[in-house]
Amino acid sequence: MSHELIEGLFVRYFGNPLLLPLEDASTFRLPQGKAAFTTDSYVVKPLFFPGGNIGRLSVCGTVNDLSMRGAEPLYLSAGFIIEEGFAVADLEKIVVSMSEATHEAGVSIVCGDTKVVERRAADGLYINTAGVGVVPDGVDISVQRALPGDAVIVSGTIGDHGVTVLSQRQSLHFRSPLISDVAPLNRLVRSMLDASPTIRVLRDPTRGGIATTLKEIAGNSSVGIEIDEELIPVSEAVKAACEMLGLDYLYLANEGKLVAVVPEGDAGRVLEAMRGNIYGKNAAIIGHVTQDHPGIVTIRNSYGIKRIVEMLASDQFPRIC
Amino acid sequence: MCLAVPALITKIDGVMADAELAGNQTSVNILFTPEVRVGDYVIMHAGYAISVMNSAEAEETFQLLEEMAGLDAEE
Amino acid sequence: MQRSEAFRDPSIVEKLRARIWAVSRKPVRIMEFCGTHTHAIHRFGIRQLLPPTIEMFSGPGCPVCVTDNTDIDYAIALSKRPDIIVATFGDLLKVPGTRESLLTSKAEGARVTMVYSPLDALNLAADNPASLVVFLGIGFETTAPAVGASVAEAESRGLDNYAVLSMHKLTPPAMRAILDSREIGLDGILCPGHVSTVTGWKAWQFLTDSYHIPAAVAGFEPVDILWAILEIVRQCEEGKPRVANAYPRSVRPEGTRPAREMMERVFEKGPACWRGLGAIPGSGLSIRDEYGRHDARRLFDVEVPESSVPDGCHCGEVIRGIRKPDKCPLFKTICTPLHPVGPCMVSSEGSCAAYYLYG
Repeated sequence: MSHELIEGLFVRYFGNPLLLPLEDASTFRLPQGKAAFTTDSYVVKPLFFPGGNIGRLSVCGTVNDLSMRGAEPLYLSAGFIIEEGFAVADLEKIVVSMSEATHEAGVSIVCGDTKVVERRAADGLYINTAGVGVVPDGVDISVQRALPGDAVIVSGTIGDHGVTVLSQRQSLHFRSPLISDVAPLNRLVRSMLDASPTIRVLRDPTRGGIATTLKEIAGNSSVGIEIDEELIPVSEAVKAACEMLGLDYLYLANEGKLVAVVPEGDAGRVLEAMRGNIYGKNAAIIGHVTQDHPGIVTIRNSYGIKRIVEMLASDQFPRIC
Repeated sequence: MCLAVPALITKIDGVMADAELAGNQTSVNILFTPEVRVGDYVIMHAGYAISVMNSAEAEETFQLLEEMAGLDAEE
Repeated sequence: MQRSEAFRDPSIVEKLRARIWAVSRKPVRIMEFCGTHTHAIHRFGIRQLLPPTIEMFSGPGCPVCVTDNTDIDYAIALSKRPDIIVATFGDLLKVPGTRESLLTSKAEGARVTMVYSPLDALNLAADNPASLVVFLGIGFETTAPAVGASVAEAESRGLDNYAVLSMHKLTPPAMRAILDSREIGLDGILCPGHVSTVTGWKAWQFLTDSYHIPAAVAGFEPVDILWAILEIVRQCEEGKPRVANAYPRSVRPEGTRPAREMMERVFEKGPACWRGLGAIPGSGLSIRDEYGRHDARRLFDVEVPESSVPDGCHCGEVIRGIRKPDKCPLFKTICTPLHPVGPCMVSSEGSCAAYYLYG
């Protein structure tokens, strides 16, 4: 695993005028607006799963974090920590995935770094990506902005990524028709903002699922949120997997979905725009923001009973009892 | 204390069987339910079938429930 | 028909709800013995559907909750041995022992692995001949047959590196203990649907014969639970206790014979210590001499530091149903799912976890 080899891969698959000639830093001018900056590290296991891999995840995750502030994502960095002995063929697949994801999202990787560490020190591969984007003037999207009366929208079926990753665990030996939903959402967000620049909140419900995301919104905006179980898009396969393993899909990770809070009057327009995008075709209004019970999220079941949705302390484990 | 779910038996190979739950595939040990046939539903717990679901009973249950629910004026 | 959806049908739920309201006159106290019932009742909001005449009490049917601290500590001590791989259901990972949990032990380097089935633990033993795999056997009559089968399989395959730490318990003796203690004046028992699948509903006949208390065996969908509650209420109103089978699609009079036979073949009954209930004779399963080679208790002489229960923990009373979770002084203040003091908050079947998550 030589530096030349790795560099060769990057040059071949990420090559763009800002990255080459591999200066110590890339320089660029940003368009008009407020700069947005984010970072995330990716340690997912397994590295490869149906629908994607750690590489695609690392690009989409950072693109999406920027999009959740209404920013147009532009430039990414990519740092790799690679365990000695990691298969070059696997690294190539991951790099290719990252390249494809950047093309799909319309972003570029303009700087990067790699370190090779001794065996067992990195569990195969860890990736960190940071991203820079620009929020156009007039767009103000924040987790603190939800207001009573707003509609709560989710962009599609939930739990797909969570169940897919679980199905890869040998110890659970179940094979699922599901694939991870990992996807870049910036174009979806663009179409939503075009339909209505008044979007108040955008969040991607990754770790902890939509339950955690809704709780965060309720807490940060000091509002209550009420959702309806029957309105939540969830596939039969996810429901059945959750029943079998004793899990709740509200808490499962999603990597290509977003939760949006928009003024009630704009909800219809935004929904229509979402459904016109490949990553929003199953978008649905799942509830509303209320001034009652600030900080608390309730879910109404098909029997008309409301119960409180709590944040989970830590990841769920499959259970037998 | 017992999370167990209905699963459809799709293939039997000795003491192991393939089972399906709404598109998800898994394997289940049928040691305790040797009478099971492909197309039956079993109740699955910890990788074992603990009973074969009785569809006749399930039908009857429904009829009973419908009946009982309809007796609002009585009693 | 067999699909869960049919047994969640809102129109049938509504009809059963209306029926219960129409029939229920006398105040009745019903105990749902089984932890999975506690979880389902909270998840589907069953309590809110019932009239004020009915009060539900959660019983000790949460295998994790009733496992004594000494057993948890013993399992953790086993995990610290470098030659042992501890295989366990996910349920036990976060349960606090006296000092730590299996999860924290794992974080410190112990080999603890989660499995869905004892079959997986068996395969682990086959794949790791240089290590000893110890499977943590918790659960009642629903689970014990599967664990027993793994022991029998290990014996026939000559897998001497597979052992089970049996913490299995039997439900009828615990039910008798609760009724004998008369701590709560119970009017009806919701019997565990999957335990009954294995044992047969006739295993509860003693509730009618010795205690004259109404009972119904229930499944785990809202329709199942409401139907069973309706049965119990009717029996109370009529003064005619019996054991009704409200889960006939899975439960038969005699249960699943091959499963019971496997349990009897591998295990023998003996005393067991239930957290909250103390020692109950004939309520525990230990591995028979013939399978002694796979009995972790016989194989390992591990130093276990003295076990204790944290101050202020009221899990024992919650398990017996005499204290509701929100009446425990530690509930939600000091004891939360993030920092559980006792198992009732950790286990998804524990009453406290159910109250916390579902209100």
